[in-house]
Amino acid sequence: MTEEQNRIDRRFAKLRGEGRKALVTYIVAGDGGLENTVDLMHQLVASGSDLIELGVPFSDPMAEGPVIQKGHERALEHKASLRKCLALVAEFRTKDADTPVILMGYANPIVKMGFEAFADNMREAGVDGALTVDLPAEEAGPLNDLLKARNLRNIFLLTPTTSDQRIDEITRLASGFVYYVSLKGVTGAGHLDLDSVRENLARIRRHTDLPLCVGFGIKDGASAKAVSADGDGAVVGSVLVSAVGESADGAAAKDRIGALVSEMRTALDN
Amino acid sequence: MSKPTSPVDYGAFPDAKGHFGEFGGRFVSETLISALDELQEMYQRLKNDPEFQAAFDYDLAHYVGRPSPLYLAERLTAEAGGARIWLKREDLNHTGAHKVNNTVGQALLAKHSGKSRVIAETGAGQHGVATATVAARLGLKCAVYMGAEDVKRQSPNVYRMKLLGAEVIPVESGSKTLKDAMNEAMRDWVTNVDDTFYIIGTVAGPHPYPQLVRDFNSVIGREARRQSLEQFGQLPDALVACVGGGSNAIGLFHPFLSDESVKMYGVEAGGDGLETGRHAAPLNDGVPGVLHGNRTYLMEDEDGQIIETHSVSAGLDYPGVGPEHAWLRDIGRVDYVTANDDEALAAFRTLTRTEGIIPALESSHAVAFGLKLAATMSPEQNIVVNLSGRGDKDIFTVAAIDGIEV
Repeated sequence: MTEEQNRIDRRFAKLRGEGRKALVTYIVAGDGGLENTVDLMHQLVASGSDLIELGVPFSDPMAEGPVIQKGHERALEHKASLRKCLALVAEFRTKDADTPVILMGYANPIVKMGFEAFADNMREAGVDGALTVDLPAEEAGPLNDLLKARNLRNIFLLTPTTSDQRIDEITRLASGFVYYVSLKGVTGAGHLDLDSVRENLARIRRHTDLPLCVGFGIKDGASAKAVSADGDGAVVGSVLVSAVGESADGAAAKDRIGALVSEMRTALDN
Repeated sequence: MSKPTSPVDYGAFPDAKGHFGEFGGRFVSETLISALDELQEMYQRLKNDPEFQAAFDYDLAHYVGRPSPLYLAERLTAEAGGARIWLKREDLNHTGAHKVNNTVGQALLAKHSGKSRVIAETGAGQHGVATATVAARLGLKCAVYMGAEDVKRQSPNVYRMKLLGAEVIPVESGSKTLKDAMNEAMRDWVTNVDDTFYIIGTVAGPHPYPQLVRDFNSVIGREARRQSLEQFGQLPDALVACVGGGSNAIGLFHPFLSDESVKMYGVEAGGDGLETGRHAAPLNDGVPGVLHGNRTYLMEDEDGQIIETHSVSAGLDYPGVGPEHAWLRDIGRVDYVTANDDEALAAFRTLTRTEGIIPALESSHAVAFGLKLAATMSPEQNIVVNLSGRGDKDIFTVAAIDGIEV
């Protein structure tokens, strides 16, 4: 792949050209059964998702609220692992060459695989980027270099507590897009403050031209539309993971996440 | 890593970013970075502030009851038949363990920070009790996260915390033990970072916690060093302490690290035996990884998932270990060994019957190895064993093993 061909960049360029906002959707790999994950990914795309964040299950998901924690626990019961996540993306790629996919997870499974092997495996499987929750800028250097060398993107979190100086440091390392965490809290929390989101997006915008997507606390089309008004997109996770968890089987999960994503897509486009 | 060829300046670690060699650091989500920066800045300022140090020393003397004695255990020594065994009596501290050295120090930091609420994680409940204690004394709101399994196993400490005014929150996620309690405390901190101070109970977690918890517990080693010179006219030949997260061990070891003649042994929980895989000994049978904000040795599976640990002692039942221990292991300054459940239980009984001191099951691991080590040494030599806590909390566990209902 050449520099301009990373799927993430291509997708955001296309959306910008169309004046549309990105809908980024998160599910946990293996949640609802490993055999159903690729189907769920295709359903996310069919219902209007622009970018898939595939959660890599970890035994100790420190930044997650109860809903996504349970998703990780269910996925681990299905014996999901980083290795299997990569295989799932490779399988997804046999039918979808365009939709960007990033792996969102925690450092330890990557440390176990080895940073270099991880970067190689990502490229081979057709993963476009990584977001590693507990690898903040000061610890991210070695992985960042390996990803960069392979034309893969490294997505960083910015939060309401990130200082201007840090925004500057982080956005210099960041690529693909920037994930703005809308609130102080864990995933799925319920105290979204739109004024604060607006102010912070403006603050971040002074430091970077990268697309800005907003996540944490987004539950439906209305909240997705509201947070992305001043950014480039919305990230939705807990509500989808909850739907997968409540579904009796793969078909039911497909229907439920399909309906949720369609509703958000419609809200974002109107 | 191999043994360094030139003397190590142990006081220079961690470095400015919290690294002990390749270990330590700050592996947390972005939301917590500013709170950690704030804590680090405050601690760097206060640790050299004579007024802060005086306040800490005052509390250690008048509230904790320090210095704790260095006690020559003559009948225990006779039992081992070798080197003299001296016990550093952290069990005599207020609340019954070394944990209070740290919570008194961090409570002073919390007070300086102006935050009105403290939170803590706890396994056996000792750190939770020590945190609830200082919170009561300072009039701070206090919430303690405790794995639901541990809440069941350690009901006396749960009640103690409640009496002290703390809210005890059972954690139902994951393995429902100490590591999950730490995850949940981190989640609370991320959510309430504006008004909440997180009092971590061991020398793990993101920088600067491993450093400040070590510094507050180093009073153990400073006293032991002075007492050794006063009471037997020389430095000890060996130090022995149990290692879960490793706060009592680093507290004893750190002031002696530059004394090359002093050998040091950290005793991990061997559980059913290293060969069974059912233990809590990451330094003996783990690999380097990242958990709870730092890079250290961990117990994990082939996919990097953290695995459940096993120990008769809830306080050692933790899959990680402080990053400074990981580093001291790799550079060869400290030997990390194990004592199995049955050895710790035997030592628990031996110390109780020979000296009239009921040790915590955690500390019993150190006593067990101390007995073995003493037997290999000569009667002119001296071993200091850290008796990190008293065993009142463990009588129910031991009684249950004996088939007795208390």
